[in-house]
Amino acid sequence: MAGNLAKFSTGILKGIFRNATFKPVSSVLTQKRNAHFVFKPDQPSTKFGPTEKMSYLQSLTSAMDISLREDPTTLIFGEDVAFGGVFRCTKGLRDEYGSDRVFNTPLCEQGIVGFAIGAAVAGSNVIAEIQFADYIFPAFDQIVNEAAKYRYRSGGLFECGKLTIRAPCGAVGHGGLYHSQTPESYFAHTPGLKVVIPRSPIQAKGLLLSCVQDENPCIFLEPKILYRAAEEEVPTGNYTLPLSQAEILVEGKDVTLVGYGTQIHVLKEVAELAQTQLGVSCEVIDLVTILPWDRETVCNSVAKTGRLVVSHESPHTGGFAGEIASTVQKECFLNLEAPVERVCGYDTPFPHIMEPFYIPDKWRCLSAVQRVIDY
Amino acid sequence: MDLRGSIEMYLNKVFRCALHQRSRTLASLNFQGKRASQIRHSTTSTVDADGVSFEPNRNFVTKLEFLEPKIEDAIPIYRVFDNAGKVIDPSQDPQFSDDTLIRMYHAMKTLNIMDQVMYDAQRQGRVSFYMTNYGEEGCHIGSAAALDDQDLVFGQYREAGVLMWRGFKLEEFMDQCYANLNDPAAGKQMPVHYGSRKLNFVTISSPLATQMPQASGAAYALKRTHPGLCVICYFGEGAASEGDAHAAFNFAATLNAPCLFFCRNNGYAISTPVGDQYKGDGIAARGPGYGMLTIRVDGNDTLAVYNATSKARQIAVAENRPVLIEAMTYRVGHHSTSDDSSAYRSVDEVDYWSRTDDPIARFFRYMVNERKCWSEVQDKAFTKDSRKKIMTAFKNAEKRNKPSPSLMFTDVYKEIPPHLQQQQKEMIDHVRAHKDHYPLDRHEPI
Repeated sequence: MAGNLAKFSTGILKGIFRNATFKPVSSVLTQKRNAHFVFKPDQPSTKFGPTEKMSYLQSLTSAMDISLREDPTTLIFGEDVAFGGVFRCTKGLRDEYGSDRVFNTPLCEQGIVGFAIGAAVAGSNVIAEIQFADYIFPAFDQIVNEAAKYRYRSGGLFECGKLTIRAPCGAVGHGGLYHSQTPESYFAHTPGLKVVIPRSPIQAKGLLLSCVQDENPCIFLEPKILYRAAEEEVPTGNYTLPLSQAEILVEGKDVTLVGYGTQIHVLKEVAELAQTQLGVSCEVIDLVTILPWDRETVCNSVAKTGRLVVSHESPHTGGFAGEIASTVQKECFLNLEAPVERVCGYDTPFPHIMEPFYIPDKWRCLSAVQRVIDY
Repeated sequence: MDLRGSIEMYLNKVFRCALHQRSRTLASLNFQGKRASQIRHSTTSTVDADGVSFEPNRNFVTKLEFLEPKIEDAIPIYRVFDNAGKVIDPSQDPQFSDDTLIRMYHAMKTLNIMDQVMYDAQRQGRVSFYMTNYGEEGCHIGSAAALDDQDLVFGQYREAGVLMWRGFKLEEFMDQCYANLNDPAAGKQMPVHYGSRKLNFVTISSPLATQMPQASGAAYALKRTHPGLCVICYFGEGAASEGDAHAAFNFAATLNAPCLFFCRNNGYAISTPVGDQYKGDGIAARGPGYGMLTIRVDGNDTLAVYNATSKARQIAVAENRPVLIEAMTYRVGHHSTSDDSSAYRSVDEVDYWSRTDDPIARFFRYMVNERKCWSEVQDKAFTKDSRKKIMTAFKNAEKRNKPSPSLMFTDVYKEIPPHLQQQQKEMIDHVRAHKDHYPLDRHEPI
């Protein structure tokens, strides 16, 4: 939770981790000072109508509220979602829309996803929750062999395009092996899925509504460290943001930095540090969608800067940075001035007490910028 | 129950509640001063503010005794007619019209002949793979006839009879097996992976039991959008060992899904006999553990299968709850064309079943002896005619071209994303440049 638990009520704290015990608020506060990133809200915009200050998790609730309100077939379910969810993302929804639409399931991830696929096949709009992305693997078969291939294998006679699977992911300060993983690259290897990781409340809401409306099964990974840390002015109405479209957040000319989720906030800080400490101008790109990803935006940027650093929390080998790197070297071979640098989690399980040394923090990223400049 | 018992029960209920809802424990500490009547009331009122009911049974025993599974006292097998086709208890005869009986028989028999033709076709290398339905035709037709045609079917792979009953055309079966241009999935899946939107039969996939929790979910969705309909989910006794089977049963029961789970217990999962598959009393004995209504039927008795499914359907739809049906049968054929079952079971065993307890033969005897609506002569004529129709469909399907290789890239997503468009173009360019190395002659233009 990296300190953000301070805002949780004690009642909520109980459910945060399976088998978790209460955490003294003091230790939580201490950890806040150690957060490995700083969230900076996007510029407020009224492009999508009136806004309201929302945290990342509130923006998700708002998206689900809209989906339940506007589509009577929408169902939301998973472990502990009825009382509001262990992260409070579904708070109030059952009371508003009834226990036949927002409900608990038995504790069984393969069942949750299988059940969700079936409901989507039968025409319901489904938002299923996996309590932590670390626990999505029991449902791997249902996601990879079933959800992803439903339309293909039936020639479109049957499909589960109305399925969205939400799962909290990523480093959280003290999550250890099973409350910290981001499994995006396992799914990136699966044709038929869309995989999305939003970095901010505005994005989280707009992209969740896009996933819900998209006619393909989507995996929606939510960096849980942002749930309470990230707050900004979020449009209150229904709006969508495009999938498979990367976003250039900071324009630059010397090095392209690509990442997604929490890592974007790290990279934005890296860009500032690179400017002030090295006099290097970085272009920061939020990939947003892992599959199918926006090759064009990334390759255009690298064609301009000639240098690329890709960074993600998940392990190096087989990580999605490898896919980006190999595509960029194919498309931008003549533009590249230095080898592509990948700054990722190490090829170990996600450790508990060693987390500060494991994550690809701003100092590791800054070193990589230095290397591509000095090459 | 005496007062002391009531108090004990109440205490334990409170204890259970407390485990779940710590915040409420304080309020429950006041109970000792209550009158007996109030306490009794408390024990029966087991629903808390959230509508969650706690298990009311808190009977204690003072004797140490483990519960022994009752294998020798197995769940009985429901039966309507015997091997000779004679109805055992006339009250159980569903009294079908002659026309319906003949239609049911036609479906079973046609499936059986189609299986013979397609099995041989695979042996001759004309299709890549096939799985017969020998010995299990009664399970398919008996259950399918008991459903509403709008009920959604999720199958495993050995339920082609359900499609046959619903009117899937012979050429549709063949087109799929031949993976020709008329296959709606453009030949993307292996043979016998049928599907039909029109007939509400969800496309088959190879991973076992994955359809089971999906069936629960679909039943839940249908309950809300199409009350009065249900879902039926077929699976073998081997698939029932998968984790997804457990998920499906538990989800359907806890979430009140009108889903019929139909288990074809045919004795084998490929080479694995049931003795290596489970230790309990088959699959049916698991039903009550999940809080499901359960029945075991004679799967070779088409009328028994019909009655059980029909009643199960009524209950599922009226009460929004799942029902488990275990149909005992025997897999007469090999597991598939990739399997020689004589490697793990005796020919005598197979002969016994096909000679003495075959669903088609039993149904035939019922029609001829009991109902007198069918005869040897009619049977020969039908068989001949059916074989002819099947051969015609077979030849037509064989003649058709294979789909355009470009279709490999369709239906991955609803739209074709840019990277797939690019790969599609690369494939087309490559194949055009190296025509001689690819089997383009049998395919639609690239």
